[in-house]
Amino acid sequence: MTRISAAVRTIVGALALVCAIALLTPAASTAQVNPNAAAVSEEQLLNQSDVIRGLGTIPDTKSYVLEHPAGREWRVFRTVWLKWIGGVSILGMLALLALFYFWRGTIHIDGGRSGRTIVRFTAFERFVHWLTAAAFVILGVTGLNITFGRALILPWLGHGAFSAWSEWGKYAHNYLSFAFTVGVILMFPMWVGQNFPTKADVEWLKTGGGMFSKGHGAPAPAWKFNAGQKMLYWFIVLGGAAMMVTGYVLIFPFYGGLTVGDMELAEIFHGGIGVLFVALILAHTYLGTLGMEGAFESMVDGTVDVNWAKEHHPLWADKEMAQQPLAGGPGLVTSTPAE
Amino acid sequence: MARMKFLCDADRCIECNACVTACKNEHEIPWGINRRRVVTLDDGKPGERSVSMACMHCTDAPCAAVCPVDCFYTTADGVVLHNKDLCIGCGYCFYACPFGAPQYPKTGNFGTRGKMDKCTFCSGGPEADGSKEEYEKYGANRLAEGKLPLCAEMCATKALLAGDGEVIGEIYKERVETRGYGSGAWGWLTAYNDKAS
Repeated sequence: MTRISAAVRTIVGALALVCAIALLTPAASTAQVNPNAAAVSEEQLLNQSDVIRGLGTIPDTKSYVLEHPAGREWRVFRTVWLKWIGGVSILGMLALLALFYFWRGTIHIDGGRSGRTIVRFTAFERFVHWLTAAAFVILGVTGLNITFGRALILPWLGHGAFSAWSEWGKYAHNYLSFAFTVGVILMFPMWVGQNFPTKADVEWLKTGGGMFSKGHGAPAPAWKFNAGQKMLYWFIVLGGAAMMVTGYVLIFPFYGGLTVGDMELAEIFHGGIGVLFVALILAHTYLGTLGMEGAFESMVDGTVDVNWAKEHHPLWADKEMAQQPLAGGPGLVTSTPAE
Repeated sequence: MARMKFLCDADRCIECNACVTACKNEHEIPWGINRRRVVTLDDGKPGERSVSMACMHCTDAPCAAVCPVDCFYTTADGVVLHNKDLCIGCGYCFYACPFGAPQYPKTGNFGTRGKMDKCTFCSGGPEADGSKEEYEKYGANRLAEGKLPLCAEMCATKALLAGDGEVIGEIYKERVETRGYGSGAWGWLTAYNDKAS
């Protein structure tokens, strides 16, 4: 009996002790190791960087990026910003050109045509120009289609036809990029010598090249290319280089360890510079055709009327006329030293 | 109509990759394409967690917003699907997607991509439900048969849940309350602007 009562006492005592400990440490049941203590949380990782990257088991290392919410910022650029930049610059340029045309009209040759011509562009120069230009038109149209087609052309063509056209557009854009590249690469050394800034450019810029005055004052000084054309040249060379680099990144996606972020950045520059390119080339096209009498032929048969040359590129005209045999008949308005 | 969602409980995922295999098998997915994948964070360190990720079928899907040919659509179940006949393989949806879901078969030289492929929440594409054309382009249409996505159905630890967003959200919440911890429903904030816990 005494042994049993002793055992009971021990058990009761032990239980009392356990209860006392339990009461004294009320949190004991939850004080187990939290298996989540060291675990990362999504919010924490996203605050640290814009990409959550881990390890995977498949060969596609791109897939090791678990989350990349920055894609949503690129989405905003593509669906909002690029449309505004492109819309404002292209429509704005068209509006400016229309206003300019209604105010100024076609810029005529003041002295009339002399009937005598001098060579302005060689066959090779014209070839390079038209190679670049033809490629640019197709690249421009198919490029704008990727950004604006869904809103402007799709409702009109329907989903099936629009997709077919866009797929061909994509192929044309990818493959003709090589023609454009060749064009710009040839254009760079071909005209670089005539495109460095000179003193004449300062004069030309001061008068806006005479474009904004209707009076028939003295022609603004210019060599083979005026200051405006030089700016266009450098935009084509430098902007064209940027378009090539970003464009080839997009054609060869993820090559050489490029990340999604790099691809997005390439698209941002490609799209942004691209729409500005289109806007500038619209102005160039206007001045080379509708906007100015006697300019377009320089890119057709390569010659310009002597009076046109004197009015638009007087320094170049004087130099060329001293060297080139003049083609054509009489009627030349001369300012040669003989008079 | 239920709003279908995925939820991966990272505290349960054991990185067995059964979901990946099940998906590839169920839909006859070609080599090189993974509609679902498992990514392990802090591999080999304390607090290592694995997350099974696929298309989350976002509420306001970035892929659909940036697509130049408007080939995406959202079904009545809230599943984001696309039409492969319209896709031109431009790759923009991959740039926009926060989860790296869109995949492309390489079909030509340079970076030429074929038609985009991604998780369909086991609900096929625009073709007739269960048709041969639908199966060839998008894989099985389990939803049309009254079944849920296979990846989640066969998840051994029930880490991956798929189904009515409210129901799986409740299940996850209950788990977190019961066990006292939870590292969060990965991707929910980004995809649905919602926290499940």
